[in-house]
Amino acid sequence: MSRRPYVRKIERNWWLQHPRYVAYMIRELTSLFVGLYCALLAIGLVRLAQGHAAWDGFVAAFSSPPGVVFQWLCLVFAIYHSVTWFALTPKAMPLMVKGEPVPGKLIVGAHYVAWAAVSAVVLMAAGV
Amino acid sequence: MSETITLEVLRYRPETDSEPHFQRYTVPYRDDWVVLDALNHIKDNLDATLSYRWSCHMAVCGSCGMTINNEPKLSCHTFLRDYRGGVIRVEPLDHFPIERDLVIVMDSFMEKLSGVKPWLIPKQEKPLSDGEYLQSPAELNVFHQYTQCINCVLCYAACPQVGLNEDFVGPAALALAHRYNLDSRDGGKGARADVVASNEGIWECTFVGACSQVCPKQVDPAAAIQQTKISASVDWLKDLLTPGAHR
Repeated sequence: MSRRPYVRKIERNWWLQHPRYVAYMIRELTSLFVGLYCALLAIGLVRLAQGHAAWDGFVAAFSSPPGVVFQWLCLVFAIYHSVTWFALTPKAMPLMVKGEPVPGKLIVGAHYVAWAAVSAVVLMAAGV
Repeated sequence: MSETITLEVLRYRPETDSEPHFQRYTVPYRDDWVVLDALNHIKDNLDATLSYRWSCHMAVCGSCGMTINNEPKLSCHTFLRDYRGGVIRVEPLDHFPIERDLVIVMDSFMEKLSGVKPWLIPKQEKPLSDGEYLQSPAELNVFHQYTQCINCVLCYAACPQVGLNEDFVGPAALALAHRYNLDSRDGGKGARADVVASNEGIWECTFVGACSQVCPKQVDPAAAIQQTKISASVDWLKDLLTPGAHR
């Protein structure tokens, strides 16, 4: 008897078929906003180099209601991205000390401490 | 009348069916039965034509992997009591061709597995008379969890990247490559790198993490792959700075 294996096709909405795939796709989507924000900051640098008037125009656009909404959106997505990434760090960067694994909570905690420290430095530099 | 539970099983018999279809079976409900027991009941009492793989019935052999209510699971490790009052939908594992009913074609996995050379490649071959390659418990501890893989391929069924790119080497094979790369007695990292560090190897992984969630042996292939990404990047950089010295 001849074999006739059946191949099932992946549906386009595969990522809607399990909550963990939805969560994954949301995480992938957050990268888009993080990337957009980085691109806007780069544009800001260019505007700064172009002189006072260009920079003021950029700041005005960023301070307008749509600009503020966009930044809040980016912040929310960036926090979601960071928190989910920190949760995964013990997998990507496990540490062994004296032949014993360092508890995952310590590795995750160290990332939050580093995050807080860097944020504090940035806020101080910005004069907040 | 004693309690029963319904199983909805995906059937595919290549000699008669053009495509798979579901068939319902009602079996006795027992608290201590797993899905595999229910399938055995069907096979023995209701429908001898039903095909599925199994062997040990104790989550060791890795043969009885199936999709149970949309979740890749070992059917010997999945109790009916967790689905009491509902219908249990049993399908073959995703991302593999169906040979017949719940039996999948695993050839692609076997090729990928052997492709990463999952065996000890000693740094220096020595004659048998020189004795064993010794290893301390601490050195074993470094990779012990990755030795627990039973090749059940639940991780391949859970991984969307496996489904989207059939050439992806996949979680279990990459985790086993990592297991040998971490072994203090092994010197085969360079020989494995062509497959492991290729586009179809670790770099096809986007860290969905589903492989580790479904692994019945807590192997954590997602962790193995991310660690290999870091290690391969360091090796790449070393090779760039001092060509040829690290292979």
